[in-house]
Amino acid sequence: MSITITDMFQYEFMNNAFAAAGIVAVVSGIVGYFLVMRGQTFAGHALSHIGFAGATGAGLIGLAPLWGLLGFTLAAGVVMGVLSERISNRDIAIGIVLSLALGFGLLFLHYYTSFATQATALLFGNVLAVDRTMIATLAVLGLITLAALALIMRPLIFASLQPELAEAKGVPLRFVSTAFLAIVALAVSECAQIVGVLLVFTLMVGPPAAAQRVTTGLWSGLALSAVLALGEAWFGITAAYYTDWPVSFCIAVLSALGYFACLAMPALWARRSLGGRANQSA
Amino acid sequence: MNVVEVERATLRIGGRTVLAEASFAIRAGEFIGVLGPNGAGKTTLMRAILGLLPPSSGILRVFGRTPQCGDHTIGYLPQVRTVLPDLRVRGLDFIGSSLHGERWGLPSLTRHDRGMIEDTLAAVGARDLANRPLSAMSGGERQRLLLAQALIGQPKLLLLDEPLISLDARHQEVAIDVVRKVCRERGITVLFSAHELNQLLGTLDRVLYLGNGQAVLGTVDEVITAPVLSRLYGTDIQVVRADGHIFVMSRGRDVEGSAHQHDHGDGGHEHHHH
Repeated sequence: MSITITDMFQYEFMNNAFAAAGIVAVVSGIVGYFLVMRGQTFAGHALSHIGFAGATGAGLIGLAPLWGLLGFTLAAGVVMGVLSERISNRDIAIGIVLSLALGFGLLFLHYYTSFATQATALLFGNVLAVDRTMIATLAVLGLITLAALALIMRPLIFASLQPELAEAKGVPLRFVSTAFLAIVALAVSECAQIVGVLLVFTLMVGPPAAAQRVTTGLWSGLALSAVLALGEAWFGITAAYYTDWPVSFCIAVLSALGYFACLAMPALWARRSLGGRANQSA
Repeated sequence: MNVVEVERATLRIGGRTVLAEASFAIRAGEFIGVLGPNGAGKTTLMRAILGLLPPSSGILRVFGRTPQCGDHTIGYLPQVRTVLPDLRVRGLDFIGSSLHGERWGLPSLTRHDRGMIEDTLAAVGARDLANRPLSAMSGGERQRLLLAQALIGQPKLLLLDEPLISLDARHQEVAIDVVRKVCRERGITVLFSAHELNQLLGTLDRVLYLGNGQAVLGTVDEVITAPVLSRLYGTDIQVVRADGHIFVMSRGRDVEGSAHQHDHGDGGHEHHHH
């Protein structure tokens, strides 16, 4: 094989894809870390589906899908945050709203028939079609997302790990959880541009969940999560370039492989150290 | 000096009166066992002392002041402990999250903070928990971690809400010993709520018994009597003393023992976060 890795950087669309996926992967890995820590991955999933309705709705009235996606996920995130303490059975409520949103997405598509090709892009992502403007938009959104997260990170961690104590120490629980869901909404909107609304888990849940299996420190976990997301996104694009398989498929496979590898790793370590100890005592 | 002063205070949650015109005073350095049937208001009282629930009438003073949310002189170990089962966060970062956790911005642990956490973990005999993830800790170890956390920042008052729940008998003994030792050394006033009186008999100075909207504070001999407890339980209670143990019985059944069986989902701890 005479092709080298530099070949793919001859194309502008590949460079754009790497830049966009890089920005989004880091943001997703970091925001997703807290999503996993709080056990709110389902909420993240629901936000992306709600975003689908927003994106198709935006297409219907002639707006760019990203703005519809952003508007809907942000609104839904805030509503979920405000209501979450009152909805005792959160999963069911979220699940029902999630399907309702997908239903609306379908309705909007129905009235905007030329949107059909974009529907696939929305659902499964189309990172190879990203242009310079989109990269700039993603960079700005990414910075806003990370800045907002940095602002609430300390009380967010406290409220996630020990809500009762956090409340006693004066942390405004509802504000923190609402602000966090708004941040998740931003991250989901960005993530959907790369891997699509159906596959946001690949960058927002896979890498942080894998990172938390391997390391138990906060900063090391965050760093590893971001690095894993970045690696999976870039390797996914590279793999797609050489195999001609869809990019989102490659990223999804890598995300799953990464997670299961990290799941198995501590077990293997434990077995090895147990074996070592058994040998010593023998 | 009195650490907690309650004068004809009424505590209500959701329209229900938990404590009606209760009056008592807890002195500095006392180890108070907080007892009473489920729903008697043990958790509610602690939340009021923390400043999370102002009394609807009467006076409640902590260190001579109206309690303020976020008071660092109070260490708190809540009963509803939402520990996510699969939490892969190590002990150091778990406790670290509570240090100035109410401030905005990025989390940071200074060398001083780290040293403080390690010292407190050592004080409760749990130095090794700093580097282990919560998901790998037993119930007893988690409890110890939470106790260490409640002790951080040199509190003068410690509110321990059912710290013995989910511990086996041996770990319960250890937990009580640790609390007694640390609090005696540091002169901390303790409110220790529990279902079982007997384990605390050798440790507590006085008992605060709650029930039927009332609160009675006194020595074991003053409070654990048939007339007082019959009033608090609203039913005929016998107190049987045998072999250094005290059994509180209603119609021949151990009240405390049966209360322990249906500990969760009762009315006394209505505070849910989900």
